Amino acid sequence: MEYKALLVKYGEIGIKGKNRGSFERALCTQIEMHLERLGQFTVVREQGRIFIACPDEYDYDETIEELQKVFGIHAISPVMVIESIDWDNITAEVLKYVDEKYPDKHFTFRVNAKRADKHYPIESPDMCCKLGESILHAYPETKVDIHTPQVLLTLEVRNRAYIYSETIPGAGGMPIGTAGKAMLLLSGGIDSPVAGYMIAKRGVEIEATYFHAPPYTSERAKQKVIDLAKIISAYCGPIKLNIVNFTDIQLYIYEQCPHEQLTIIMRRYMMKIAEKLADKGKCIGLVTGESIGQVASQTMQSLNCTNAVCSMPVYRPLIAFDKQDIVDISQKINAFETSIQPFEDCCTIFVAKHPVTHPILSGIEKSELKLAEKIDELVETALNTVEVVECRR
Amino acid sequence: MECYLDNAATTKVSDNVYAKLSEVYLKEFGNPSSMHKVGMEAEKHVKASRESICKILKCESSEIVFTSGGTESNNMALIGAALANNRQGKHIITTRMEHASVYNPVLFLENLGFEVSFCEVDENGIVDMDSLLSLLRDDTVLVSVMFVNNEVGSVNPVADISKAIKEKNPKVLFHVDAIQAFGKFTIVPKKMGIDLLSVSGHKIHGPKGSGFLYIRKGVKVKPIINGGGQESGMRSGTENVPAIAGLGVASEDMYNNLEANRKKMFALKTRLINGLMAIEGTHVHTISNRLENSEELDEIVALTAPHIVSCGFEGVRSEVLLHALEEKGVYVSSGSACSSNHPAISGTLKAIKSEQKYLDSTIRFSFCVNTTEEEIDYALETLKELLPVLRRFRRK
Repeated sequence: MEYKALLVKYGEIGIKGKNRGSFERALCTQIEMHLERLGQFTVVREQGRIFIACPDEYDYDETIEELQKVFGIHAISPVMVIESIDWDNITAEVLKYVDEKYPDKHFTFRVNAKRADKHYPIESPDMCCKLGESILHAYPETKVDIHTPQVLLTLEVRNRAYIYSETIPGAGGMPIGTAGKAMLLLSGGIDSPVAGYMIAKRGVEIEATYFHAPPYTSERAKQKVIDLAKIISAYCGPIKLNIVNFTDIQLYIYEQCPHEQLTIIMRRYMMKIAEKLADKGKCIGLVTGESIGQVASQTMQSLNCTNAVCSMPVYRPLIAFDKQDIVDISQKINAFETSIQPFEDCCTIFVAKHPVTHPILSGIEKSELKLAEKIDELVETALNTVEVVECRR
Repeated sequence: MECYLDNAATTKVSDNVYAKLSEVYLKEFGNPSSMHKVGMEAEKHVKASRESICKILKCESSEIVFTSGGTESNNMALIGAALANNRQGKHIITTRMEHASVYNPVLFLENLGFEVSFCEVDENGIVDMDSLLSLLRDDTVLVSVMFVNNEVGSVNPVADISKAIKEKNPKVLFHVDAIQAFGKFTIVPKKMGIDLLSVSGHKIHGPKGSGFLYIRKGVKVKPIINGGGQESGMRSGTENVPAIAGLGVASEDMYNNLEANRKKMFALKTRLINGLMAIEGTHVHTISNRLENSEELDEIVALTAPHIVSCGFEGVRSEVLLHALEEKGVYVSSGSACSSNHPAISGTLKAIKSEQKYLDSTIRFSFCVNTTEEEIDYALETLKELLPVLRRFRRK
C-alpha cells in the first residue's frame, strides 16, 4: 500500500498552554531535520497534530524508523490520501484499503469519520454509519464494536479525504531544544550514552565531555567515545564533544593523595572541569550515568562527595536503574555493541584494589589540600587544551 | 621522528610491489577464467608469480596454491589435510606457542572428533623434541610446528623435527607455519621434509590478502573453499590477480637480497638488544637466559629470527608503554594481549615459562630491511626517557 502522508500525534506537548506553538514548532523542526536526508517531505502543523506530506518516491520503512527517533512524537499513523471526495469514490477506496490492510477479515472495528468542511453533503455521524454498513456488507466476517474495536478506522474529509487505522508508537518525550542545554559526562561505558539519550528525550540539547588519559587510555578508546556520541546523536541531534586531556591531573592526584581515594578525587575534578566547560557552552546542568551502588564511586556517600564540587544541578537519569535495565536501553539505541568494546579496561592501572566506598567529604577535602600547589594550573592547562569534535551521524 | 617497529604485524608495500599492483589493477584487470585475451593476460601474472615462488622454494608449480593469506593457508593445511587423511588416524600434534590461526583450526578439528596434543617448548621458544616424539603415535596424521614464532622470534629446527617424526611414523604429515620465516630464511620444503607450508604476503612488503600454501606433490588435502574450481580445485574463487602478482614480486625481492637483508637486520637486532639490556629491569626473551651461559651475543642472536625482539619491562604494563611510545612516534606491539581481556590465547610467553612479572609487560619490536640504526637509537632513547616516568605510576 502506498501512503502519501503520515500523521504525527504528540501526547504531552499538546497540553502545554501558551507555549504550545513553540513546542510544535520545535517538533516540526526536529522532524524536518531527521527527514532531510530521506527526501522532500513537507511538514505542516494543523489542529493539534502534525501532518507530513510524503514525496512521490520514498522508503516507507526507513522513514518510519527515522521518525521513531524523534523525541516528542507520541504516535505515527500512515495515511492513505483519496484525491476525489465524491462519496462513492471514498467508499470504494476505503473498502480497498481495508482489504489490503487486513487480509484476515476476522476483526472488530469502528469507523470514526469527520468532515472538516461543513458544506460537505454528508454529516459526520452519517458518514460513520454509511461506511460501517459498506464494510460489513463487503466483508461479512467483520463485526462492529463501538467501545473496544480492534481496528479504529478514521476517515477525515477535507479538500481531500484521508484514511488511517494504524498507530505506530513514537519515541515519546519532548522535542529537542525545548528544555535548555546540558553537559553530559561521556565515558566509553554502557551507562553514560544511555543517560544522555534519556535526558535528551526530555527535550534537552546535549553537549558532552570525555576525559582522555593517554597513554593510559588509547586512541581507540577515544575513537570509541566519538563513535558513541555519533550513535546517540541520531536521537539527540549533533553533539559537540569536548575531549579533555586528564593525564597530568590524574598522575598528580596519584602522587599526592591516598590511593584508595584516587577515584573519588579524580571524579571531583572531572565534575569541576565539566562544569567549567558547561558554563562556557551555556549549559545549565550536568548529566552523568551514575546509578546508586553500581561501583564504589557511585555509593550515596561517594555521590555526596562528587556532587559537592558542583553548583550546577547534576542530572542522573539512571540513578535508580538496575544494570540490566540500562543494558536494555543501550541495546535499543544501538549503543551496546560499541560500549562493550574492551579498550577502556586497559587504564585500570590507577584504580585501587580496594577503593573507599564510604568516603567522608571532610576527609576528601583534606586530602585535596595536598594538591594546592599545582592543581589549579593543571586544570587551567586541561581547559586550554580541550580538543573539540563535532559528532553527528 | 616516526619509527615503525611493528613489521611482524604488517609491512609497507614496496615500490616494486606497488607498481605491479597498479599495473594489474589498471591495465590487466581480467579474470583468468575468461576465455578471451583480457583473461589470458591476467592469467600470465598468476603464472609468473607462481614461477617466482617455485624458484625460491625449488618446487613444482602444481605445489603452490594461492590463498588470501596466512590464516587461510593455515586453515587449509590443517583442516584440509586432517579431513583428507582421517582414515589413517585422527590424532594431531601441535605446540603450545602457535599462532591463533593454527590454534583455532586445531580446536575446530577437536570439535569434529579429532584428538589434539600440545607439545612443550623450552624457555628459548624451541620445540622440545622429547615431548614431541613422546606424543607421536601410529594414528597421528598431522604435526604442525611454526618455523619462526611471531611473538618472540625463536626459530625451530624444522628439518630436524621432520626427520625425527618421520623416522618414527613415516606416514605423518608435517605442516610448517612459515609466515614469519618466509623472506628471512632459505626454505626448501623438499629438503627439509616439509609437506605443507603456509606463507603470507603482507609480512614481506607484499599486499594484504595475499599468501599461499605449499602442498607437497602427493599429499592429500581437501579443499575448504569450494566453487568454480580455480587453483586446480584447491581454492575456488576468482584469483586475486593483483595480490598474487604483488606477492610474486615481493618474494623475488626478498630472496634476491636474502643474505644482505639478514645481515642488516641481525645487526639492528644486536644493536637494539644491547641497548635494551643496558636499561634496568629488562629481560629480552629467548636471549637474556642464553647469555647467562656467557656465550657471545652475536652467536645467540644468530640462532633467532633477524627481525623480532621481544622484551619484558619490569613494572610497566605493556599496553601503557605501547601507547606512550606511540605518542613519541614509535609503533610496536604488546608482547602478549592484555591478560584481563584475553585469558586464553596468547600462549607463547606462558609456554616459554616467562616470569610472571613479564607476562603483562612485554613489548615486541620488529624490523624490516628498511629499518635504520637511527630508528633503533631513537626507540631506545625514547624508552629511557619514558620508563622512569611510567614506573613511578604503578598500580598499588
